[in-house]
Amino acid sequence: MAHFTKATSVHDWLNQRMGIDTLRRVMATEYWIPKNINFLWAMGMVLAITFGLLLVSGIFLLMYYQPNVATAFDSVNYTIMTEVEFGWLWRHVHGVAASVVFLIIYIHMFTGIYYGSYKKGREMIWISGMLLFVAFSAEAFSGYMLPWGQMSYWAGMVITNLFAGGSLHADGLVEWIRGDYVPAQAFLNRFFMLHVLLIPLAILGLIGLHFGALRIPHVNNQDGEDIDFDAEAKKYLDGDKAGSKVIRFANDFMAKDMMVVGIYLIFFFYLVFYHYDFAMDPVNFDPADGLKTPAHIYPEWYFLWSYEILRPFSTDIGLIAFAFAQVIFVLLPFLDRSPNTIPASRRGLFNLWFWAMLIDMIVLTAMGKLPPEGIFSTIGLVAALTFIGLWIILPFITKNEKAR
Amino acid sequence: MKDSSRRGFMGKAFGAVAGVGAIASLYAMKKTWDPLPSVKAAGFTTLDMSAYKENELVTEKWRGKPIFVLKQSAEMMKKAKANPKDMDRLIQIGDAYFMVCVGLCTHLGCIPGYDSNEQTFLCACHGGMYDATAEVTKAPPPRGLDIPPFKIDGNKLVLGEEGPEYKKMLESGTTLKV
Repeated sequence: MAHFTKATSVHDWLNQRMGIDTLRRVMATEYWIPKNINFLWAMGMVLAITFGLLLVSGIFLLMYYQPNVATAFDSVNYTIMTEVEFGWLWRHVHGVAASVVFLIIYIHMFTGIYYGSYKKGREMIWISGMLLFVAFSAEAFSGYMLPWGQMSYWAGMVITNLFAGGSLHADGLVEWIRGDYVPAQAFLNRFFMLHVLLIPLAILGLIGLHFGALRIPHVNNQDGEDIDFDAEAKKYLDGDKAGSKVIRFANDFMAKDMMVVGIYLIFFFYLVFYHYDFAMDPVNFDPADGLKTPAHIYPEWYFLWSYEILRPFSTDIGLIAFAFAQVIFVLLPFLDRSPNTIPASRRGLFNLWFWAMLIDMIVLTAMGKLPPEGIFSTIGLVAALTFIGLWIILPFITKNEKAR
Repeated sequence: MKDSSRRGFMGKAFGAVAGVGAIASLYAMKKTWDPLPSVKAAGFTTLDMSAYKENELVTEKWRGKPIFVLKQSAEMMKKAKANPKDMDRLIQIGDAYFMVCVGLCTHLGCIPGYDSNEQTFLCACHGGMYDATAEVTKAPPPRGLDIPPFKIDGNKLVLGEEGPEYKKMLESGTTLKV
């Protein structure tokens, strides 16, 4: 048995039993962060805080929400919005956070792509991050079903129909997923379960994996510098704080992180109080009706780019293109053949590739929102083909990149 | 070595039992997600075909799905007769011809809207179009609207039962099984 002495303080009592000093050292005071990074490195913390907001607001919504096709719509739009005190606050925080979290995820992702933070030992950070993206997408979709409005119902119809696999006509699979021929009670109940239990559990596990994957390779820096973390940490601990290239994660780096979080939260609550409507589709304020499709069915803004890749093609080719778009980002560390882990601005052709990809995804997003007619159909088709083409040429342009 | 092989055996034995248990529970989980018998038994819908008017789309309901019924006018019949595929899709009851189909776009399941002047269906979701017999005329839908199983019973049409006319449609590939 381990040796215990009479504790001198609560801290000492806990430390003898749980090694909290060691834990703190490993997790915070001797977890080293490079100095040469910018505000984009705070997006991880911004995401963690946003996830916290979703969790807390979700808990309060859960106390009044009813997962029943007859009462779900009213439990949200009547009970929570008009009867429950501050019910509107939880709903608007939840809706705005669900939308903004994707904006931050995209910034976080493109920061990683720009600085090459998926290479040289950081592959697992990227892969676990993309799994988180998939989990968040499933979480957003399942949550969107719950108010049981027209957009909930018809988005549920369209997205579950994707699983029929076009010409494969796997209607049995679609009916199995729904538990009915059309989205109905069984469907609402199981998506409720997924939204409040199974997917959040998966997200929590994946966040653990994502942080764990970061521990050994450490975070990247904005100059593509290969930092010897052990040597720099020693320099810091020996007293040369100015000369060392790293600082402690907490409280030193956290101070800067939380300042960015502070600015973000001002923006976030501005949206919650004054502009929450952008996250609330007016069509979804009509109760679900299986005999009437809304004039235009479009997903929330964060799914528009992949929706637009599906849309311009015939069913089968569209599904293949859509599936391609869903998985291709995961393979980025292996499709980028260049040995350079430096910012895109110093990588020649890759720099063009990066900006072309970013602009293409913005164009796809814009076209996905517009009705599929005339010139918009054409622009959408060109943008979808460009997306696929960019991924195909990526290994070739990076293979010939000069090592720096 | 002896010890480790004994531990190895216990490990493998546990793995085998746990594997069987895992497969069994996966089966149970799969079956739990199946549509319930009460859902599957969601009965039959009987339509009185004498009540419909020419070129006036009526939406009925069968198994939670919208069913389009469109009595063909003389003008529509002229167009349909020019295209044998169109004629195959129509159901004859007495002297009248009807288009009866599941009103969900065969692309991704939105409900197409009917324009009675143009006598065409347009799906607003992804721009697919169908003619008055619900045969597809513009992609992305891969085929015309599906025809539900039906049985002609005098002046009535029973949805959910498979009559000889429906079976013929299935055989000729005019519609897929819904």
